[in-house]
Amino acid sequence: MTALHGASVGLRQCGKTFADGRRALEPLTLDIAAGETMVLLGPSGCGKTTTSRMIAGLERPDPGGRVLFDGEDVTAIPIERRNIGMVFQSYALFPNMTVAENIGYGLKIRRTRKAERESRVAELVMLTGIGGLENRRIDQLSGGQRQRVALARAVAIRPRVLLLDEPLTALDALLRERPRGELNALLRSLGVTTIYVTHDQAEAMVLGDRIVVMRRGAIAQIGTPRQIYFEPASRFVAEFIGAANIITAPLEDGYLVLRGGRIGVPASAITGAVAAMIRPEAIGLMAASAANLIGRVATVNFVGDRLRLTVIEAADQVITVDAPNTATVRAGDQIGLAIPPSAVRFLNDGSA
Amino acid sequence: MRQKFVFVFELIFTLLVAAFLIIPIVLSMTAGITVNYFRGVGSGLTLAWIGEVWTLYADTIARSFEIAFTTLALTVLIGVPAAYALHMRPSRRSRLIEEVITLPLAIPGLAIALALLLTYGGFGEFRRSWLFILTGHVVFTLPFMVRSVLAVFAVTDITTLDESASSLGASPWRRFCDVIVPNAKGGILAGSLMVITLSLGEFNLTCMLHTPLTKTLPVGLADSYASMRLEIASAYTLIFFIMIVPLLVAAQLLADRERLSRSADP
Repeated sequence: MTALHGASVGLRQCGKTFADGRRALEPLTLDIAAGETMVLLGPSGCGKTTTSRMIAGLERPDPGGRVLFDGEDVTAIPIERRNIGMVFQSYALFPNMTVAENIGYGLKIRRTRKAERESRVAELVMLTGIGGLENRRIDQLSGGQRQRVALARAVAIRPRVLLLDEPLTALDALLRERPRGELNALLRSLGVTTIYVTHDQAEAMVLGDRIVVMRRGAIAQIGTPRQIYFEPASRFVAEFIGAANIITAPLEDGYLVLRGGRIGVPASAITGAVAAMIRPEAIGLMAASAANLIGRVATVNFVGDRLRLTVIEAADQVITVDAPNTATVRAGDQIGLAIPPSAVRFLNDGSA
Repeated sequence: MRQKFVFVFELIFTLLVAAFLIIPIVLSMTAGITVNYFRGVGSGLTLAWIGEVWTLYADTIARSFEIAFTTLALTVLIGVPAAYALHMRPSRRSRLIEEVITLPLAIPGLAIALALLLTYGGFGEFRRSWLFILTGHVVFTLPFMVRSVLAVFAVTDITTLDESASSLGASPWRRFCDVIVPNAKGGILAGSLMVITLSLGEFNLTCMLHTPLTKTLPVGLADSYASMRLEIASAYTLIFFIMIVPLLVAAQLLADRERLSRSADP
């Protein structure tokens, strides 16, 4: 499989107001490097789908907004001439065509010679693992097979930009993990610039080179999965990505002062009341006698790969702790919490 | 006791339906092949009346078919793209256009005919030709075609199919030919059968719009009832019946198949 040539994508002050006056998107500026996989992540109604449809050419940005492919202004170019690939949430496969005809449709439109078209279709059928289904009708396919056909159809034309709108959401939750891995491997091998829209943060972590977290039509944070996870810019991002304990407490002499003790924090110029985030898995358990922070176990839930505890009396709010699944703690136990300073992350806006 | 009551009720109902719906049809049709209706079937059976109808009214039958199929061609050519446009660009204006197209369903045929006469009656050549009737039929049947295609668009998520074809590089015209029409086939077929049967049987409008030289089958039928022997009118009905029933059956079968394929597809 030859590597595809992805285009870099740029959005310049792209806002979107719908005909009924509803503001779907604040003017937004975003750069996606050639070959990069950028995930647009956020709750429903955050503007992620509108953003991707604007890049595709299905929506026009409000006047003043510009969409750039490789620096070239494509704002006025209709979708059919942008040379993109798109996978829809419902897959939107053509019911009047077979699997092979669906995959080859973009090539047929481009008047690719029949022999070349057939070899390209065969290549993609192999790549996406749907061999033997070429002559099936769409309604004879399972959800997972449809997702593969939709992907094969979108990349058959060697698009400059590939857009995927929640391509795994239509699948059963239990059946998502394998296609996610395969999708990841495939996207890496294609090397095409990919914009991936999802509301599932686990998907975003696995697939994204970078993630754009969106909220209410605006960007909340852009960063690599690690940055988004370990250094969330706001309370919203911290809580949307993974589980987070957000603790509001006074900061005194390099310590957060809590009800059940104190936590050492990274050196910082901030003083007074702060909001700090601590991930549940960053908190260790230790004997109460030697601990700086002591609480009482309220609940213990065995989740298989770990124990999820809730601890009260350590702070004003409940603290969630992920402990190794071999830990022997019971509800009601007095327990010490070990929190390294590096695990504490101050949030810029305690309010948001 | 209760069960018996239900049975009796159903029996009476069935007999009533038969009495008012089926027996008149059967009587009318046998009248068309009876030598002398007033003397009853005992007078013997004959195909002479049908032959008579053919010599007298063959032109009305041919004209009816001509009008029906031209109406069909026009409603497909106008109705399918219109439905596509209305579905793809949902706006207040498109809602308004849809209402206007649908209006002839609510307006009595006579009123439409009168309006056409008032507006175009002065164009002599047009007024005297069968095209005048054709215009009326297109106005009258177009909403059936548009509605039936729109109904299919609504259940097949045609908007996303159109978007996905456009993402693959297809121009609006290619999308229309490759994706929209093939996936609206069921609706177009159902609409077509409706348009044909409606046009063939249309009397209201046509009665007002026709001239002695542009009679259609139903108008001829009225004419024969008024001025010919009852046997001839009945034979005429028989011919009409034989033509229209296969179309109705086809429409029914098609509707059943649509329902089946839809229930099979989640």
